[in-house]
Amino acid sequence: MRKHADLLFQLLSLATLLLALAALGALVYDIVSDGAGRLSWAFLNSYPSRNAENAGVYHALMGSIWVLALTAALALPVGVAAAIYLEEYGTRSRVAKFIELNIANLAAVPSIIYGLLGLGLFVRLMGMGQSVMAGAATLALLALPVVILSTREALRTVPNSIREGSYALGATKWQTIWNQVLPMATPGVLTGLILALSRAIGETAPLITIGALTYIPFAPDSVWSRFTVLPIQIFNWVSRPQADFHTNAAAAILVLLALLLTMNAIAIIVRDRYQRGVRA
Amino acid sequence: MTTGGIRTVPASLAGVASTRPGQAPATLNTPIKIEVEGLNFYYGTKRALDGINIKIRQNLVTAFIGPSGCGKSTFLRTLNRMNDIIPATRVEGKVLIDDKSIYDSGVDVVALRRQVGMVFQKSNPFPKSIFENIAYGLRINGLTRSKAELADRVEESLKQAAIWEEVKDRLNESALALSGGQQQRLCIARALAIRPDILLMDEPASALDPIATQRIEELIYDLKKKYTIVIVTHNMQQAARVSDFTAFFWLGKLIEVDRTDRIFTAPAEKLTEDYVTGRCG
Repeated sequence: MRKHADLLFQLLSLATLLLALAALGALVYDIVSDGAGRLSWAFLNSYPSRNAENAGVYHALMGSIWVLALTAALALPVGVAAAIYLEEYGTRSRVAKFIELNIANLAAVPSIIYGLLGLGLFVRLMGMGQSVMAGAATLALLALPVVILSTREALRTVPNSIREGSYALGATKWQTIWNQVLPMATPGVLTGLILALSRAIGETAPLITIGALTYIPFAPDSVWSRFTVLPIQIFNWVSRPQADFHTNAAAAILVLLALLLTMNAIAIIVRDRYQRGVRA
Repeated sequence: MTTGGIRTVPASLAGVASTRPGQAPATLNTPIKIEVEGLNFYYGTKRALDGINIKIRQNLVTAFIGPSGCGKSTFLRTLNRMNDIIPATRVEGKVLIDDKSIYDSGVDVVALRRQVGMVFQKSNPFPKSIFENIAYGLRINGLTRSKAELADRVEESLKQAAIWEEVKDRLNESALALSGGQQQRLCIARALAIRPDILLMDEPASALDPIATQRIEELIYDLKKKYTIVIVTHNMQQAARVSDFTAFFWLGKLIEVDRTDRIFTAPAEKLTEDYVTGRCG
C-alpha cells in the first residue's frame, strides 16, 4: 500500500514536470515555426522600416547589449558593496534587520514602480533624459535586491575558519574580505548577477515608463544616446495589424532568447572557471 | 585518594615529561613572555573564564589541558585577541606580552597578531596554491621587497615546518590537494612566515593520525628554540611529551600550573590529580 502511494506520487510529480515542459516546448515551437524563416544576417543587421521585409533588429539588439552591460556595471559593484557591508561590517542591530527585510521586499516590487522611480529620479531630476544611462540605472535598481541577497548568501558560505586564518596572519578586515572571502564567494555572486540580468533583459514596463517606446532608427553610440531594446521592439511589432510584422516579432523573440542563453552560458563558464580555481 | 598515599599515575605518563635527550630542564628562571592577571571572559552574560593568573615563559612549551568546554581554547584566543571577532564577548583583567598590555585602547590588533601567530584545530589552508598560502601573510604585511626575497622566505618557512621536501616540486598546486597532516604543517609554515615571537596552537594534532601527530610533535620540539609556544591539547600524553609547563583548566578556572613532570607525577591539587589519572573529566 505504501509502495503504491510512493509510485503514485512519483508519477504525479513526473506528470507535472512534463506538463510544464510541454507548455514551454509548445511556446518555443510556435515561435520557431513563426520566426525561424525570417531570421537572417540582414534581419540582425537592419534598422527598423515601414516594410516588414526590410525591417531588422540591429538597433534594438545593440540597445539591449548597451543597457545590459551598463546595468551589470552599475548593479555589481553597488550590490556587492552593500552585501559586504550588511554581512561583514553591519552589526546584528534592529536597523540592520529592518534593512534586510526591506531588501527582500524590494525584490518583489512590480517593475513598473521602478520605471516610475527612474522617470522621476534619473530622467527628470538628474536630467539624464531618455538615455541608455537612465535605462540602465533604472534596471540596476531592479537588479540590486537580487544581487545583494545572492551575494550575502555567497558570503555566508565562506567558512569562518578562512577569515580566522587570515586575521591570525595580521590581515586587516578589508584585506581578509578582498583577498580571501570575496574570491571564494565569486561563483555565488556571479550566479546572482546572471539571475538578475536575465530578469532585466526581458523587462519592458520600466523602460516604457521612462520613455524608451519611441521610434529610434539608430543604435546607441554612447551612454547618453537615446535607445530602444528588443522587448520594446517586439512589443511594437506585435501591436501592428500586419501579419508580416508578427513574423518579425517572433524572429526578434528568437534573437532575444539567443542573447539570453549566450549571456547565461558566458556567466556559467566564468563561474565554473572560478570554482575550479577555488576548490581544485 | 588522600594525600600522602601512593599516587596512581599511569606508567605511560609518569616520568615521560622533559626526558628528551639534551633538553634542559624547565626552570622558573626562564624570562616571562606572557603574563596574565585576573582575566575574566564573557560570552554575552555567560562567564567562560574566571580570574585567570598565569605566567608563560619564553622559549618553552606551555600546554593547556582540561575537559571540553573548560575554557582552554577561549583563553588561548584571548592571547592574540582572536575573540574580538566574535560578537558580544567581553574581556576583563590584564594580559601583558613583553610587559605591554595587549588590551589597552591604543593597541594595534593587526600588529599584535603578527607577533602572536596561531595554528587552528582544523587545518584551514586558503583555497590557493601552496606558495600563495605562505606568501599571503608576507604580502599583506609588506614584509618582503622583491620576488626573490619572497620566494626565499616561503622556502625558509616551509623548511622550518618540515614540509619543504614534500612540496618543493609542486608549490603551484592547490594546498587543498595535500593530506591532512601536510595541510596542518603548511598552516604552521604560514604562521611562521611572518616571524612571530609566540605561536599559539589550538589542538593542532587532534584531527590527525598518529604518524602525522608525531611529526607535529617533533616539529613543536624543534620550534621552541626560536618561539614561545602555547598549545591546547585534549591528549594528556601529548602534553606530557611536548610541554615544559602544563596548566590545568576546569570549568573556566585555572586550577594549577606547574612544570609538566610535576603536574603528571605530583600535582598539588586533588582535582588535577583526579583528571590526569583519568578519574574525572
